[in-house]
Amino acid sequence: MTVSRDNSLAVYQGIKDAGIRFITALPETWLVYLLQLAEDDPDMTLIEVAKEEEAIGIAAGAHFAGQPNLLLMQNHGFLAAINGIVSLAMLYRVPLCMLIAHRGHMGEPYPWHTQGGIVTEPVLRALNIPFDYARDHQTVARQIKEAYTYSLSSLSPVALMLSRDLMED
Amino acid sequence: MKRAKCIEAIYPELQDKLVVTIMGACAQELYDLGHCENFFYLQHAMGLASSIGLGLALNLPQEKVVVLDGDGSVLMNLGTLTTIARYNPPNLVHIIFDNGSLLSTGGFASHTTSGITDLAAIARGAGVQNVAAVSTPMDFIAAAADAFENDGYSVIVAKVEATGPDHFGMDLKLPENAFRFERYIKERKQMRTKLHN
Repeated sequence: MTVSRDNSLAVYQGIKDAGIRFITALPETWLVYLLQLAEDDPDMTLIEVAKEEEAIGIAAGAHFAGQPNLLLMQNHGFLAAINGIVSLAMLYRVPLCMLIAHRGHMGEPYPWHTQGGIVTEPVLRALNIPFDYARDHQTVARQIKEAYTYSLSSLSPVALMLSRDLMED
Repeated sequence: MKRAKCIEAIYPELQDKLVVTIMGACAQELYDLGHCENFFYLQHAMGLASSIGLGLALNLPQEKVVVLDGDGSVLMNLGTLTTIARYNPPNLVHIIFDNGSLLSTGGFASHTTSGITDLAAIARGAGVQNVAAVSTPMDFIAAAADAFENDGYSVIVAKVEATGPDHFGMDLKLPENAFRFERYIKERKQMRTKLHN
């Protein structure tokens, strides 16, 4: 498995074009180039957390501060962050734009990712979180912008799932 | 030492700062002194008050941010001390009221009871440069004054009694608190820009 540099760049460009200048993240293999791009970009602030639930709090603080921001995480990190999503973001109507690496689904060779991959979409549905899949480097930038816009207008968490088609070569 | 007395002692100092509290007794005791638009009460999501404080502090370098935290909440998100230490916002004051108890959820003993777990030592180990451990009102007031005045991420662990208010309730809906807090920050930013120009 190799992570796509070109498509990571397309995702990063989409993040920049959406006006995002603050990212909260926990490193993950599919996100490695994205995080490098963010780290090397003097216009971007990248905060790496110890566990993903923290990121929900940091994103809420950034939102209160008026800072356009989004979250980058693996789907297992999303699962680890659920109480924060429910009892901070949803409870207080704080928008969250989450880009989630959807590991453990079709084509996944690693057994350890599979259970998380299987339950991610049902959990998103159970939480009533609007989500979409990003599969194509040509449309991902528009999808990021739309996800961000929708999080702000709906005052809700919104998830864009970064798929294998997009993130792997 | 009582937490309510500590909060009362610093209340005048909180007027020009952004304040985030944890749920339950701590939030209620601040609210009962008089709600201000610069106060945000996190009534759930235990552990994330300090993370909200970090998000605020990093994005509003011109503001002083104060988090009123508790031992139970910090224990639920110990990683937060390592994250904040790493990014080290100079404008964040993190007060942890340690009553050794999960007071607002039944009064069960927390891991800090009887000094088994030392939160100040954990903060130092996480890499926080300015850590104070206090157990008297005089020391608390001095440590808070020092942290408010100086730059640098400061953690104050204040040993307090496991007592809280005899009532709970606010005339403030939770999203309303979030909307007003956000608006207050926005207006303050606009005011600062105007003064600057």
